[in-house]
Parts: sequence; C-alpha cells; structure tokens
Amino acid sequence: MKSFSYAQATKPADAVQLLGAQPQSKFIAGGTNLVDLMKYAVENPDRLVDISHLDLAKIEPANGGLRIGALARNSDVAANALVQKQFPLLAEALLAGASPQLRNMATMGGNLLQRTRCNYFYDVSQPCNKRTPGRDAGDAAFRPTGCGAIGGYNRIHAILGSSESCIATNPSDMNVALAALDAVVQVTGPNGSRSIPILEFHRLPGTTPQRDTVLEDNELITAIDLPTSAVGGKSHYLKVRDRASYAFALVSVAARLVTQNGMIREARIALGGVAHKPWRLPVVEQTMVGKPATEATFRTAAQALLAGAKPHEHNAFKIQLAENAIIRALQTVSS
Amino acid sequence: MAKKLLGDPINRVDGALKATGRARYSGDIKRPGMLHGVLVMSTVANGKITAIDTAATLKLPGVVNVMTHLNAPKLAGIDKNKASEIATDRVLQLFQDDLVHYNNQPIAMVLADTLEQATEGASLVRVTYQIQPVKQPLPTGKADLATPKQLPRIDDQVDTKRGDLAAGLGAATQRIEATYTTPTMNHNALEPHALLAFWEGDKLTMYNATQGISGCQKRVAELFGMPKENVRVITQFLGGGFGSKGTTFSHVLLTPMAAKLVGKPVRLVLKREQMFGMVGNRSATEQTLTLATGNDGKLLATAHHSLVQTSDFDDFAEPAGTITRMLYACSNLDTTHKFIRANIGTPTPMRAPGEAPGVFALESAIDEMAAQLKMDPLAFRLANYAEKDPNKDKPFSSKSLRECYRQGAERFGWSKRPAEPRSLKNGHYLRGMGMGTTVYPMNRAESSALVRLKPDGTLQVETGTQDLGTGTFTIMTQIAAEVFGVSPDQVTLSAGDSIYPASSVSGGSRCTSSTGSAVEQAAREVLKKTKQLAFKDSKSPLFNVAEADIVAEKGGRLQQKSNPKIGESITNLLKRNGNNPVEATVQSKQGDEKEKYSMNAFGAVFAEVEVDELLGEVRVTRLLGSFAAGRIVNLKTARSQVLGGMVWAVSMALHEKTAFDMRTNRVMNANLAEYHVPVNADIREIDGFFIEEADDIVNPAGVKGIGEIGVVGTVAAIANAIYHATGHRFRDLPITVDKVLSLASR
Repeated sequence: MKSFSYAQATKPADAVQLLGAQPQSKFIAGGTNLVDLMKYAVENPDRLVDISHLDLAKIEPANGGLRIGALARNSDVAANALVQKQFPLLAEALLAGASPQLRNMATMGGNLLQRTRCNYFYDVSQPCNKRTPGRDAGDAAFRPTGCGAIGGYNRIHAILGSSESCIATNPSDMNVALAALDAVVQVTGPNGSRSIPILEFHRLPGTTPQRDTVLEDNELITAIDLPTSAVGGKSHYLKVRDRASYAFALVSVAARLVTQNGMIREARIALGGVAHKPWRLPVVEQTMVGKPATEATFRTAAQALLAGAKPHEHNAFKIQLAENAIIRALQTVSS
Repeated sequence: MAKKLLGDPINRVDGALKATGRARYSGDIKRPGMLHGVLVMSTVANGKITAIDTAATLKLPGVVNVMTHLNAPKLAGIDKNKASEIATDRVLQLFQDDLVHYNNQPIAMVLADTLEQATEGASLVRVTYQIQPVKQPLPTGKADLATPKQLPRIDDQVDTKRGDLAAGLGAATQRIEATYTTPTMNHNALEPHALLAFWEGDKLTMYNATQGISGCQKRVAELFGMPKENVRVITQFLGGGFGSKGTTFSHVLLTPMAAKLVGKPVRLVLKREQMFGMVGNRSATEQTLTLATGNDGKLLATAHHSLVQTSDFDDFAEPAGTITRMLYACSNLDTTHKFIRANIGTPTPMRAPGEAPGVFALESAIDEMAAQLKMDPLAFRLANYAEKDPNKDKPFSSKSLRECYRQGAERFGWSKRPAEPRSLKNGHYLRGMGMGTTVYPMNRAESSALVRLKPDGTLQVETGTQDLGTGTFTIMTQIAAEVFGVSPDQVTLSAGDSIYPASSVSGGSRCTSSTGSAVEQAAREVLKKTKQLAFKDSKSPLFNVAEADIVAEKGGRLQQKSNPKIGESITNLLKRNGNNPVEATVQSKQGDEKEKYSMNAFGAVFAEVEVDELLGEVRVTRLLGSFAAGRIVNLKTARSQVLGGMVWAVSMALHEKTAFDMRTNRVMNANLAEYHVPVNADIREIDGFFIEEADDIVNPAGVKGIGEIGVVGTVAAIANAIYHATGHRFRDLPITVDKVLSLASR
C-alpha cells in the first residue's frame, strides 16, 4: 500500500474543502472497499479524508418516506424498524450482502460507491480501462490498458449495457434494492447540493468506464431518500450466488409488485450482477400493468428486460439464470 | 492397561492459548533488528527477466535492499535443487537465474524496516521480460502427453495391469465409460506461509510454518550445503497446511538467503494472492473410467486412465488411479497415469492427493454402473466387496468397511432412498441421496521420540513433531499417558522444534501412525525399565515379579497382574532408587508388516442434497460419515478431523476452482472472495462417527490416519446425491450454478 496522509473532517463543508485542497484525496468512511483496493494498489490516494465523524448517520422520516444518512451503517439500516416496516426490500438486500462484520462497518454512501469485483480491475498487472483509462497514462509501459476480461476469464461479468471498453458489473446488493425503490441520492459539493435519482446515479461504462457514477470530483453523498411508495404491495430480493452466504451475486432481482384480483397494478424489477449499474427498464414495467400476474406475463417481462443481452465466453448462463430468477422473484411477490 | 479403541475426547492442550490469542504462530515471532521481506512476483508465465529496476524502491525511506537474481547469495547445495524420490522435495525458484516458469513466481524480495515500507517498495519494482508463449494447463493444454517416472509415493506403480481387460470386457453384459474432470485447486490454509530466519555465525534458526520440521531442516541444510545440525527449525503452532506446508517451498530458502544478504533477521509472510502458485496446488485431472459387469453386478473389468499436469521444471503426478486398483474385487484391471507440462507452479500433495479426485471419478462411476444395473448403489458395492487387497494380493490388516456401510446406512436412513432419481421434492427443490465409499492408506514414516518418567511420577515427552492444528500435541500426551495409566495432564510435551528427536511430516495422514508409534514405543520402553527396576529392588512389593506379570494401572501404580493387591506407586519405587528419572528414546519405523498386509482406513459417506434447478443452486442438507480407522486416540479431535475433511469435500464438489486466464496462465481468482470455499451457511447437518476397530498389526500405536479420509469418498457422495435429485450426471467439478442450470435447461 502506498503511504498516505490522513485528515479528519467534522462538517460536510469541511470534508468537501479538505478533499479539494489536495489532488489524489479520497473520502474514507467504513473503508470496507477502499482499504482493500489500496492494499491491491488499485486505489493509491495521497490523502484520506475521514468523514466517519460527520453527523450523517440518522435514519428519519422525511416527506412521508425516509431519509437515511450516508454514514448510517448497513447493519443499522437493515435492523431499523422504520426501514423494515416501510422498505423491507432494502433490509432484505442489505442482509444478503457481505458478512455481519462487513455490514457493521460499511456505510450507505460507501455501498453506493462500491467498485466492481472484476478480476482484472483488482489485479494491477492486468489491463483494465476502468483502473487505468486511456493510453497516455504516465506509466503505460507497466500498466497496459485495454480490457483483460474481454477474451479472458469473465464468468462474473456483465451481459447487459457493457461496452468494448468494459464489461464490469456493479457488485452491490443494496444498489439493486434502491433502484427498485426509486431512491434519490443527496449530494453536496463545491457548487452546492443536488438530488440525483438512483437510476441516473450509476452509469454504463461506454468509453469512460473509469467513472462508475455521475458524482463529480469533490462531491459528498449526504443522504439517501426513499420516497413513500406509490407502489405498496409485496417485495422480495432474490440473490443467486455460488455459495449460501458471503458471495457476490451472480444474478439478483429486486422485485416489487402490486396486484389486484390477480391483475398487475404496479411493478418494479431491478437486476443486479448483470450490468455496470442496477438494471431497470421502467418501460417494461409499464407493459406489465393491467396484465395477469402469471408466469407467462413474468416471462415476457423477463425476456424484455434481457433483450439485447450479450454474453461472453464464461457468463452466457447469466441470461437464462436472470430470466429464471426474475420469474421466481415475481412469483414470490405475487403469491 | 487395556487400550481404549475410542479414546477420551479431552480438550486440546493448547486450546486456551489459541482461544485467547496467546499462541504465537511463525508470523508473530519478532527478533530485534528484524527486517520485513515482501516478495515481488512475476506477471508473465514464461520467459526471461531482462531488467529489474529497483531505483524507486531503494529511494523509499526504510528500504534496506532488494534481493534479486543479480545479488542473491549463491547456494552451495544448488545441485540438490532437483526432484528426488521424496514427494516433498521440489525444484525451487531461488533467484539463481533469470528464468520465469510461471505467472506469480517469486522474482525479488524487498527488505525494509517495516512491513508497510517493504510492501510499498515491492509495488515500485519494475520488471522487464522477454516473453515466451505459454504452455497452458488442463483442460486446454493437451499436447505432449508424457508418462511420469514415478508417483509421489515411490512404491505406487505408475501403470498397472491385472488379468485380461479385453477378456473381462468381452465377458461383460453391462458397461459404462465416462470421463470425469476436476480443476486445479489451491490449499489456502487460514495461516499464510510465514517464517522468521536469522543467522548466528554459521548457524541458522527459522521459526517456520511447516508441516515437517525435520524434512525442512534437511532440505534447507542440503541446499545451503551445510550440516543439518546448523539449522534449527521451530514451529510452535500451525494454522493448517493441507499439504501446502509439507514441502519446503522457495520462500523457506529465500528468507534465510535474504537474512544472509542483509546481515539481519528477516520475517516473510506470504500475501494470500502469493499462495496461488509458488506453494503448490492440486493438479487438474481428466479421468476416464470404464466399468463392466455381468448381469449379476459383479465387476468383470475396470479401467482408469488419468491425465494430470505438472510444471515445466519439475515432475509431480497426481496419483488419481491408485485407489481404483484396490477398492473393489475385480480380476481384470488397467490403470495408467499421464501428465502434461504447463507454465504453472508445481503441484504438490493437497489433502488426499490422488485419492480425492480419483475416488470422485471411481465412486461416481460405481454409482453410474449401479444405476444402469438398476441395483441399489450400496448393494452394488457389497456385491463387489474386496475381501483382500486385489492390487497387492495381500490380506488386509483389518477392514471394517461392511460395518461402516451397515451403521452409516442405518443412521442415515438409506433404506428410505427411492430407486428412481427425481422422486423427492421439497418446494422449489429436488432432493436426492447419494453415497460413496471412502478409504485412505495407512502411511508410516520413520519418527522418533523420547519419554522420560520423572521421580514425581509425571511424564515428559520430547519429539520434534509439529501440530498442524489437528490436535497432535494433545494426543501425544494421551498416548504416553495411556501406557502408564496416568491422566494426560500428568504428561508434558516438548515438541515443535528440531532440537527434539526427529519426527515425521504431518502429511499423508501419517503423523499419529509414525510419531504416535514412536511415543507409544518409547513409553513402553520406559515402563519396561521401570518394571525391571521393581524386579531388581528387594524393597519393592514387586521384587522378583516377572516383567510380564506387572501392569501399570490408574493413578501411576505398578501392580502384579495375577495378584493386583501386590504393587506400589511409581513415585515410591523411584524414590527408593535414587530419585532418578527413567527415560528412553525410540526411533520407530515400519517392520515387514507392509510386505504381508494391506493396511488402510475405510469408511462410508452418505449425503443428501437439495437442488433448485431453475436457479442452479445446490445445497448439501445432510452429510454423515462412518469411519473405521483403527484406534482413535481422541474422539473429539478425531471427529473434528473427519468433519473437516467432509467440509473439504463439499468445497471440492461445489465450490473450489483455481481460475486461470488461459492467455497468460495467471490465476484470476487469487483471493478468498472469488476462490470459493464453503461458509458456515453451506454446511447444515453434518456428522461423523467411528467404528471400533482393533488392529495390532498396523503399527505400535494401533492407529490408521484420519486426516484425509473425510474428503475422499464424500465428493462423489455429493455428486451422486445430485444425480439422484436431478437425474443428471455431473462429471465436471465443481458443480456450480452455471453447470446445473445448463443441464436443467436442456
């Protein structure tokens, strides 16, 4: 790990200022992802700005929904009575992620910014456009760019929305639930505060895979808002993984469904493990409204969600798996 | 005292130290002035180092030196750096040349005052290579098949023929042929490989995480070209090894070389990702099995052809076919082993080397044959029960496999298994039951121990053994205590250090059979001397009582067998005789019993699984193993051993795979997030138990190994249960979501 300096922020504005004061600075809160990445020399900050002392850990009612502070711990949010009552999908997704030890450390803001588990991103001897973008990096002789996963070992990689630069996936469970809950990310920065709808927060890789989100330099996430659900009904987070716990999703589904007399009134379906961001297509959800809550409807929706899926050598199974998982999740919430 | 066949389940002697964090493992040891070493690894798999730029590293504060092939000390015994008949002597990468043979090979060591400085320094070393094309491992690299010169156990033949295979096939009415594949796997003990090395003049001391203190001492001494006496190896505690710490790998030499270069003690702890290459692996295998029977289900022909892989600079052939030669009665049998060479680190024994992948194939094929014959898999196995070892054509020293089958099947409820696959359902899950025979040969090596009876009646045992984490230190005290009829807490053990009598490796399940026998024999020798003391002591109640008529009884008392009232305490006897300790050192080794008998532990494993076909998920809901392994010294640590082995089998069946990028032979999942082993949630109901088995032939301790037998038959039991659940055969490990899904969606 590269040596770094450390500063502690006490107010959000100070944090933003401290980060801007020195290039190659990074916020650190729970550190469950950043410290790993620093150990692997994927992230090499000169300075860490510790934001864990900021007063941003509250979980409170807001506008009929909930506002969850960016520094609230994943474990606290999952155990929170308001969350469990109003947004059980979020609690379920959080508990499907990582281990109790990690959830005790990991924050909500940090989880939003969790970086991909791509094997090539993590191994600095391997080419990666996300880690080392462009061909003009100063040390290009030692860190060739390109995408190692394309043509390499790509079992855990994306089938949707990938590009020729990058086929990485977003590894978070929480983000998938937030996508199905129409969450809004609150951020503050040198130019003031703004609200970013969750579906716009994470990006597809395109030609700039180094950017996971639309967050600007020096912006700080302060809260996640969960609006009162227009869609009541039932929800379920289904995670398919290689072992019973403590593994990243091969495919996951966050599903919400409102039915009346066997007919679908509202639907939300977000997929994890398949793309650079939680995969949700509101257009497909719209087509489900008014249709019977049957396997045939679910299958049609699943296939529409997966239309255009592009497999690589080792991950073609994800297409069938995602279809099956969507149907299973929707069956679970419609029964 | 009469020996207990199932020994007391006492707690570990070092349990409190481990539970409270006071146990000091090799990587915890400090030494004044110590430097930290961090390895720099190759990032190509085949080629030559043309330049190593260490300028940026050497500018870092705290960095003292960078050892590379340009400045590494030359080794006087480098001519010994070649494969020998001993499986644990491997060809090492010792910075004596500029060649790169595999990706993630050690090529330099940065030495600094702190671990952080050395780590950062290592990340700044820039290496330039002349790159050669890579030779790929299995399953793709299949050019240039070769027959290995030997198998790891030197007396195992590479290829065997028995009877007339063609005739057997010709006479058969039923036949199956199938190919089974298993991936490369890496050991991943919880404790990484670690050592501290320092020189005092020409004497070297190493605190090293090794499964074989004596073997390590020998190997280090011969490569440095110095007398063994000048090397001291200490292993106070081990956090597992599974074979990976049985071989003295490169880092064990590189660290004392670095200590010599800088003139200071050096500590090296491998990073997790560095454990995927330089410290061995289990070879991938591709095995083709042919079984043929008559309509009565008797095996008439068996063929087992194994293809494995080794490195391009050393020969280690995973002996996958050896068990097939002896497990079932079959007169016509061929087995062969071939390997390919790839640019990978050399494979090494990994818990049940050969047996684990080989018996997965064999016991899967047995299940396939039974299904084709429409016979119950257990009945089919019993129909082909080997009453004597068909490979060696010798009787077994003991074999209680029938009893293992019977008791295991009864406890598991095997009779409730419907014959038809896909008959059992539980919600979204298909449920299935499967079984496998498990077996492990009794291995025994030379080992020695000293036992000293002190005037206060307590015992001191000295032996240079290490405790892999299995409970060796605990059971050595039990073995000595039982000879004298005293409580194990009356025994003090001095071990984990080469200053004590040389002991065998803790590998191949041979530690207790070898070192346990040495302790047993030394204790018996001391007891004999003590009896002789009484015989000659006119003041003893046992004066002139023949040695054979004296027994040691509970509480440290010697008494006359024919008249138990006559006797006295050992302390009284010694007190009258000058208060001198009585001691004996025994160098224990196998006699000619191996020429007369086949000696093996056996067992039967039963598995129940649930398979969610649409989501591809397999969960092992129940595992039960019954084992007959001679005398069990400590029921608690023994049960932990077999349960641990069964968990390993879950891992091998469902999870583990070293994933290579075939373009570069680089391991792309060299961490425990992506190299999957089961977590607690994957292990549901699991149990293992032992059948009472007395075996006076096998060795003086009366034990057979239990470290590996838990793995061997369990892998196939799980795969067979998945077949029973789904009706699909999975012949390629691990059986992961993608594979289940693709078969289910056919």
